[in-house]
Amino acid sequence: MLQQIIDRRLSGKNKSIGNRERFLRRHKEQIREAVRRAVDGRGIRDMERGEDVHIPKKDLSEPVFGHGEGGVREVVRPGNTEHVKGDRVPKPKGGGQGQGGGKASDSGEGEDDFVFHLSKEEFMQVFFEDLALPNLARTTLADTPEYKTHRAGYTSDGTPTNLHVVRSMRGALGRRIALGMGKRRELHELEERLELLKREDASKPDVKALIAETEARIALLKERIARIPFLDPIDLRFRSRVRVPVPTTRAVMFCLMDVSGSMDESRKDLAKRFFILLYLFLTRHYEKIDVVFIRHHTQAQEVDEQNFFHATETGGTVVSSALVLMEQIIRERYSPTEWNIYGAQASDGDNWHHDSGRCRELLAEKILPLCRYFAYVQVAEQEQNLWEEYCKLADEGYPFAMRKAVEVAQIYPVFRDLFKKEGAST
Amino acid sequence: MSQIENRRNIGRASDSGEYGGRRTPEPLREMKPLPRRPSQHLASPSDWTFELIDEYHDVIRATAERYGLDTYPNQLEIITAEQMMDAYASVGMPVNYRHWSYGKEFIATERNYKRGQMGLAYEIVINSDPCIAYLMEENTMAMQALVIAHACYGHNSFFKGNYLFRMWTDASSIIDYLVYAKNYVAECEERHGMEAVEALLDSCHALMNHGVDRYRRPAKLSLAEERARLKDREHYAQQQINDLWRTLPRRADKEAEAQSARRFPEEPQENILYFIEKNAPLLEPWQREVVRIVRKIAQYFYPQRQTQVMNEGWATFWHHRLLNQMYDDGYLSDGMMIEWLKSHTNVIAQQPMANLNPYALGFAMYTDIKRICEQPTEEDRRWFPDIAGSDWLPTLHHAMRNFKDESFIGQYLSPNLMREFRLFSIVDDEKLKDYEISAIHDESGYQHVREALSKQYDLSTREPNIQVWNVNLRGDRSLTLRHTQHMDRPLHETAQEVLKHVARLWGFGVHLESANALGDITQRWSVPAPEH
Repeated sequence: MLQQIIDRRLSGKNKSIGNRERFLRRHKEQIREAVRRAVDGRGIRDMERGEDVHIPKKDLSEPVFGHGEGGVREVVRPGNTEHVKGDRVPKPKGGGQGQGGGKASDSGEGEDDFVFHLSKEEFMQVFFEDLALPNLARTTLADTPEYKTHRAGYTSDGTPTNLHVVRSMRGALGRRIALGMGKRRELHELEERLELLKREDASKPDVKALIAETEARIALLKERIARIPFLDPIDLRFRSRVRVPVPTTRAVMFCLMDVSGSMDESRKDLAKRFFILLYLFLTRHYEKIDVVFIRHHTQAQEVDEQNFFHATETGGTVVSSALVLMEQIIRERYSPTEWNIYGAQASDGDNWHHDSGRCRELLAEKILPLCRYFAYVQVAEQEQNLWEEYCKLADEGYPFAMRKAVEVAQIYPVFRDLFKKEGAST
Repeated sequence: MSQIENRRNIGRASDSGEYGGRRTPEPLREMKPLPRRPSQHLASPSDWTFELIDEYHDVIRATAERYGLDTYPNQLEIITAEQMMDAYASVGMPVNYRHWSYGKEFIATERNYKRGQMGLAYEIVINSDPCIAYLMEENTMAMQALVIAHACYGHNSFFKGNYLFRMWTDASSIIDYLVYAKNYVAECEERHGMEAVEALLDSCHALMNHGVDRYRRPAKLSLAEERARLKDREHYAQQQINDLWRTLPRRADKEAEAQSARRFPEEPQENILYFIEKNAPLLEPWQREVVRIVRKIAQYFYPQRQTQVMNEGWATFWHHRLLNQMYDDGYLSDGMMIEWLKSHTNVIAQQPMANLNPYALGFAMYTDIKRICEQPTEEDRRWFPDIAGSDWLPTLHHAMRNFKDESFIGQYLSPNLMREFRLFSIVDDEKLKDYEISAIHDESGYQHVREALSKQYDLSTREPNIQVWNVNLRGDRSLTLRHTQHMDRPLHETAQEVLKHVARLWGFGVHLESANALGDITQRWSVPAPEH
């Protein structure tokens, strides 16, 4: 008999993937719901992680005809040590034997839930799907190159601020030495000869003439040597600095949110999804992302994420307070030369009306010059004075964009629109 | 005595040609002798190698041959744990069509496995020719030896020898058929959309247990023939159906005519899927083919569902016997023995009061039969006059070949074993407020316990008896199913859900009636015609 041992280990891995896909597709609604819940409960920084999904057992059941409780059943069991024929044993209270005892639970792992883990990729896919992503193509932000200058030796021209004195003087010294060499040698020789001549009899007329001639020559040479410039333009050396494009590594994202009374949970959820997208987007560009949460009603306050989305404190609205605080934080902690600054503001657009103009000014004069990009999302339909004021900004070519989003499904298109590649059509 | 003989012949073919012409070799009367003892035992490191598996397999095969185990050729495949989970997920088959429920199965298995809540089965074996046995990469050498003995010589010889498998399954063509099914379903998904196919499969799966022919052996077909006949079949079936429904619906007031109209089906039909495949008015030809595929696969698994105790018991008995024999012959080291015995002990562990472990019961029964042959007591001679003191090998083979769980237990469960397991039977009567112990392992109870346990393994008492009862040919075309209650046991509430699936397949309204022993209808369910 020919026997065979086949090594299958390398082939046919993950054969169940097609079945898994079918399973996920079938339970799309529950999975979406789980992702939605996870997004609610999860921090912005903590998005790219899988999630446990609970699906009620009944939704997964594959019904078949079977016997129910009731009637007469006889079962044989092993391990009898105490009973004899005819014994009676009380039935357990409530329901029959070993069946239907489980209690349904909507959270936690009740025995009626089927629980499985959604991988990171699957989670993100559902998340983006929820945002009505046409296809998973990622937008790239208009990639403004980031430059870093660093020293690259010396050059012979430049600005006086960059003059390197020591280096220039060293050059000058060298030049002076080089240029005076022959003359000084001759000078030395002449001086030695003069010494010798002076020791001879000075009364001889030819000696006297020679001395005079030599002295004249020496004087000439000394003058010539003295005439070599101490510093010539040719000696000047300047520090050279070259600009090298570098990927920047740090960005800070300001989340500004209106928490006045009209910002209900669903509006906050819209805002949160927008912030999440921005965060995911920025993490693909930068190694390190700081997130600053600023909430405001009549007064602005820097808070942690939990308070940002979930605190219930509320009041009137003065939007500019948040902008003032943002500018202040930038000045204190995030130097624009080191940080790429992004701002995202979410509001329902309801503002104390004298304030809206001030918001525009603050943005135009103080904040936008420091920012790479600033996006405003209005999570309500109605256009009020804040919207109008901001419209003026958008027209003036600042790195500023504004859109409205009133449903979850609109968030992604709006985001895409805001961050579309420069020059690309919408 | 003659009565016992008769009982044992139930379901046995009258001549050996009947089961597709496969002849059974005569079982050996006794074990063949060992040609010569090995000079030293086989290497026993804990890590396996291909060479080592080969060596062990050679010895195991030779030992199995000495016992006269008749098997299909073996094909050993080394797989990873993940692949084992894959195999689990598609009902143990190496190929199968895609369906979400297999994905669910995979996810559940993977989750349990990763959490350490369960170990994977050490092996999966496919009833095919050649017989495919999966060996998991993670197994130690001792485990691989156990698996080879268990699967390749235990299960394999059972598949080849047991009458149900010989009648109902065709080991040589199952893999081909599954490949065909997988491709056909995939094509349907492409042509008609995944959702339509999924819905159809859901409905078919709901009726899978009612898609089996219990009495008629399916004709043996090669895959080529099956394919060639697909077109003909589609055409012919459609024609038949059109013929059946040719009559236009008439008004109900023609009472006399309705009375005289022929009943359809003329006899109740228990193969609901078959009935639907042949008669559902609105199914497209491709849908009929999918129903057929599910039905065929259900048919393939039908013997497995009826021989769990026998099959697992047989495989467990043989790995135990073969490895012990190899030890006695000087092939196995002590360490190896201890390691596989530990696994063996876990496999046959039986918790008191819990459900019976089929491995434990089956193993104990074959072992007990051997004992009755070799060392019969007075009691054994009374209970098993025909086998007490006979040669154990042919007796054991006979027991393996000619029974299913229900009849096997009815025939061979001995008082000795009932005492050993301390078996007792409990009656749960809805009308009484207590359970009643109907019999225990004593002289007056043996017969009762044995019968009760035998019934417990009878598929027809485990699963409700539901048949196609009537079709309203001239009216609303509704289909009526009838449930015949067993011991007044009602249907589970899922019946309503299953009925929806029936309605989806049938295309018109469906009714289900549940009748008690007196023939009175005690419960009814109805599902209206699905929207077209």
